[in-house]
Amino acid sequence: MTEPAVEVENLSIKFEDHLALSGLSLQIPQKSFVAIVGPNGAGKSTFLKVLLGLVLPTTGKVKIFGKPPLRVDPNLIGYVPQFKTMDRSFPALSIELVYTGLTRNWPWRLNKNTREKVFKALEQVGAAHLAMRPIGRLSGGELQRVCLARSIVRQPKLLMLDEPATGIDAIGEEDMYRMLEVYQKQSGATLMMITHDWHAATHHADYVLLLNRKQISFGTPAKALKEDNLRLAYGHIGHEHALKFLVNSHG
Amino acid sequence: MVEMFTLPFMQRALIAGALVGFLASYYGVFVVQRGLSFLGSGLAHAAFGGIALGLLLNFEPLWIAVPFTVIVAIGIFWVRDRTELGSDTAVGIFFAVSMALGIVFLFLKREYTSDAFTYLFGSILAVTWTDIKITAIVVLITFLTLPLWRRWAYASFDRELAETDHLAVERDNYILSILIAVTVVVAIKVVGIVLIAAFLVIPAATSRLLSGTFRRMTIISVIIGFLSAIIGLWLSYYLDVPSGAAIILLQAVLFFLAMIFKSINKN
Repeated sequence: MTEPAVEVENLSIKFEDHLALSGLSLQIPQKSFVAIVGPNGAGKSTFLKVLLGLVLPTTGKVKIFGKPPLRVDPNLIGYVPQFKTMDRSFPALSIELVYTGLTRNWPWRLNKNTREKVFKALEQVGAAHLAMRPIGRLSGGELQRVCLARSIVRQPKLLMLDEPATGIDAIGEEDMYRMLEVYQKQSGATLMMITHDWHAATHHADYVLLLNRKQISFGTPAKALKEDNLRLAYGHIGHEHALKFLVNSHG
Repeated sequence: MVEMFTLPFMQRALIAGALVGFLASYYGVFVVQRGLSFLGSGLAHAAFGGIALGLLLNFEPLWIAVPFTVIVAIGIFWVRDRTELGSDTAVGIFFAVSMALGIVFLFLKREYTSDAFTYLFGSILAVTWTDIKITAIVVLITFLTLPLWRRWAYASFDRELAETDHLAVERDNYILSILIAVTVVVAIKVVGIVLIAAFLVIPAATSRLLSGTFRRMTIISVIIGFLSAIIGLWLSYYLDVPSGAAIILLQAVLFFLAMIFKSINKN
């Protein structure tokens, strides 16, 4: 039996006196697509930061491919941050941003071999034409593609995405999910994606993790997004919106 | 013009100017891109505290100012990283405390010291071979740490991304802040405490207007810093004005020319 991509045991995170997350215990099998959903402030980004080694657990254990996050080879992990947090005034070309994904450093020069790999990653996400464009002149959707190329250029075995669809129109969003699925099929990577998009969670993910400062549910979309779970996560009004959406989308 | 180069004090000033012009404009690109323009001002005033202590103790002021300013730089980043206060607030606190200490030290000296004005406004007459030796050591350290440019650049773009790639961003930041602090101190005699922040910021900001990549920004900034320091010192000699003011005004002219060039290019 292959080891899980992610193993979490009784995880809790406390910031000073504020409990951001508690009671997380789950195992994410390799090659699966997991959507992490929950209301704002539910601890979704905090959970990803724990997996990335940026936040240390207050209690509990976290393992990525059998190792603590800070001991995992960073080349096995791909990360697409929320692009709205990026400094777009920084003087950089798209190709340089993708390069950081390959070498984990800012480029002084791009050698031929590196350049080819970077172009290949940009081609994979349909953004080769953006290679020499300054990041400040990219639209939200274009920057998202470049960030996606940056994360897959190192061929990660675990790809984490923090709200990758924010600021992208509906067509661009579907396009992005298609690219993710193609990448997953080709590479056999495990995908974890924070999203507010229930459609994406129900149609593209194998598993859904529903959070609201604690683990509400984890399982297949149908199991994790049951009415009781949605009520616990979103409260009375929020869960009705969620239910309406799910009924419409599934009939 | 040739006569200027035969004067020993001018030779010292030009060598020191070229070296600090390189240092300030190189570290300036990180200062500008990280939004730390106020840091240069804060460190310069911290250096004032150290220099005043040196004058009080009748010790070579630079030898006191270097460790004093480095400690303040570490303190600023330590407070920023461990509290919810922003860089500007941390700089503001250390800035005021160091300045207050400097005033107290000068007051305790209880005698008029013209040296204090040299440090405040810069003077080409004040540069000694000791200053040049210290500056040359800092330049040498800078060359030895050139490989860190790539890590500093990455963390300047996005600290979180650099950390997810397991870069020791905090350690790198401390090294950078120490080198910026030392640069500020060694540039004081040429530029003066009052104008040192501009010396860090203007070449990098001018270069930013003309560059699409961080590499290019660094190269152009260094060229501007190096040449403006030398030409500014030459102007200072011929116009008989304080060296710091001459260099900064020249850099400001270049900045506005770059702005005009950029807006013409845009149109």
